[in-house]
Amino acid sequence: MLKIKNLEVSIADKEVIKGLDLEVKAGEVHVVMGLNGTGKSTLLKAISGSYETSSKGKMYFLDEDIIELGADERAVKGVFMSFQNPIEIPGVNTIYFLKTAVNEQRKSRGEEELPSPIFMKELQEKMSFLEIDKSILQRSLNVGFSGGEKKKSEILQMMMLHPKLILLDEIDSGLDIDALKSVAKGINSLLSPQTSLIIVTHYNRLLEYIKADFVHILQEGKIVKTSDASLAKELEEKGYEDVLSSS
Amino acid sequence: MSTQIDKILSQEYTPGFETDIQSDQAPLGLNPDIIRFISKKKDEPEWMLQWRLKAYDKWMKMDEPKWANLSYPLIDYQAISYYSAPKQNINSLDEVDPQILETYKRLGIPLEEQKLLAGVAVDAVFDSVSVITTFSKTLNELGIIFCSISEAIKEHPELVQKYMASVVPMGDNYFACLNATVFTDGTFAYIPKNVKCPMELSTYFRINALNSGQFERTLIIADEGSYVSYNEGCSAPMRDKNQLHAAVVELITLKDAEIKYSTIQNWYPGDKDGKGGIYNFVTKRGKCLGDNSKISWTQVETGAAITWKYPSCMLIGDNSRGEFYSVAITSLAQQADTGSKMIHLGKNTSSTIISKGISAMKGSNAYRGLVKVRPQAYKARNFTQCDSLLIGSECAAHTYPYIDVKNPSAQVEHEATTSKISDEQLFYARTRGLSEEQAISLIVNGFCKEVLNQLPMEFAVEAKALLSLTLEGSVG
Repeated sequence: MLKIKNLEVSIADKEVIKGLDLEVKAGEVHVVMGLNGTGKSTLLKAISGSYETSSKGKMYFLDEDIIELGADERAVKGVFMSFQNPIEIPGVNTIYFLKTAVNEQRKSRGEEELPSPIFMKELQEKMSFLEIDKSILQRSLNVGFSGGEKKKSEILQMMMLHPKLILLDEIDSGLDIDALKSVAKGINSLLSPQTSLIIVTHYNRLLEYIKADFVHILQEGKIVKTSDASLAKELEEKGYEDVLSSS
Repeated sequence: MSTQIDKILSQEYTPGFETDIQSDQAPLGLNPDIIRFISKKKDEPEWMLQWRLKAYDKWMKMDEPKWANLSYPLIDYQAISYYSAPKQNINSLDEVDPQILETYKRLGIPLEEQKLLAGVAVDAVFDSVSVITTFSKTLNELGIIFCSISEAIKEHPELVQKYMASVVPMGDNYFACLNATVFTDGTFAYIPKNVKCPMELSTYFRINALNSGQFERTLIIADEGSYVSYNEGCSAPMRDKNQLHAAVVELITLKDAEIKYSTIQNWYPGDKDGKGGIYNFVTKRGKCLGDNSKISWTQVETGAAITWKYPSCMLIGDNSRGEFYSVAITSLAQQADTGSKMIHLGKNTSSTIISKGISAMKGSNAYRGLVKVRPQAYKARNFTQCDSLLIGSECAAHTYPYIDVKNPSAQVEHEATTSKISDEQLFYARTRGLSEEQAISLIVNGFCKEVLNQLPMEFAVEAKALLSLTLEGSVG
């Protein structure tokens, strides 16, 4: 699914990722952990094609070199990123944004626009599955949303867009336990042998709901340790310093 | 990123082409002889000529205003030709020069289709003489007069003499006075008592002949209990030399009447260094004369190098209402100083001003508004909202609100915001699969929504397309 080799990423001329290798196979769930400022969010931004980042190295998505592609081109190919702080767009209501995104992606892939009744039916099913209040559809995207609404709205967008590679940047921050469960339920509903997931998080608690295959520790722009899901638990118990010095 | 943006932003102005038509043009300059020439060309009655000459005397004593937040080279008023017209007189569509029809088609307004499908009566102004008037028959049956102002001067002198300059006096301001002197054509509409005009009235203005200023004059009167919605759209061919445009629009509503006036302004904006482009000095004013009457201005301003325009309402009748909804975009090196004036004179009068200014590249956008409540205007209310959106780091936005309240029962509210399209917003939308152009268009349309919602349906579609086109890739 995703193959990254010797990736270097700078933001505003400062090198943040310094030679990183990562391979994510179809159906795998990867977790990236690390202290603040080690490059976790930057890694996700680089994979999704942010303006901020300038990347060198190799990045293949479904065997295609994507390092030069814009964020929208990557999205159309099946990359989705959920934001740590979803961005507000005043005056653009959520339903209009969702519908535009779904149809633009379809058009870019040479598919027909989704007829409104089919779109609405799918949307309603997913909203009740995620327990999202219908009122957000008519509200401006992310404007005045609570922390939980913002994150659920991200998951709703993800579910409506049917991505292949999902990047979640601290999806679990600022969520109460009920919202966390809904969000995890949404994520699990998308997991399949054809879907891959990269989760950036500080906490083990999300991993109580989502089964991770690999946990990576990022330090100074490099992956310094990779193990199975038990690593996240160990980190929580012992802290980074202990875990990294004992290895 | 920013080079990519500049590339898209500076793309060619779409309606930039010129129709070659033999025009009958006045020699350059302005003097009483030229005024007589214009008046004679138009076969006007003596009173009209005298009126023009009087305006000319006033204009000669006036100075060009300098208070606006605009900078442009001195205009040489003697280097302008004040009259140009297509040669033949045309009675039906078949007789129209095929080239003119082609021009309209390229602008996306096929007259015939518009006539048949949209149900819009079109009084098309090509250069300075109205060429075609459609749907007049249907309107005639309702007693609605919809024709060129030249025709109205000849056919309905009593209405013209009664109302012309009753809202914008001859010597109101420099540009209005110039217009009174040399106005060549424009639209006249009269809606009789208790008639609701069943269709959108529309005029498509277009500057065509080289070096000819465009001096439109529009007069719309809604008699007691009547209603009319009027759409004005503009587009001009690519031009290297600055062109002066000084229009006057006067609206009058009597008791219980309503006029809704919508504009899409897309004059040639000049290039990215500010070269070329139209100078647009417009005086638009409405008088709510009767009780319970209403005037609503909606404008989408995307073109012109210089825009100087303050559609206003004088709320004279009790319970009368004025509205102003505006989107003004300045990109390239465009400059706009625009806003509204609401003058409250009657009791319980109310007004709303919603202004959305968008600046990109080296564009400069100023909102200038005046809310005036006179001592006799008991319980007047105004709400003003004035938002600016900045795209990139070289543009500018200014706000100059003036509030003058002389009655303690008045309620006046003013809200203002300034925001910027951020890379984060664009990135977010792009990760959902929207291209950069689509993302900008989405954000801008969201920003302008309250204003676009005021436009008649087809006009709103046109306006949205124009907004996207004007701002494609404008984030740096």
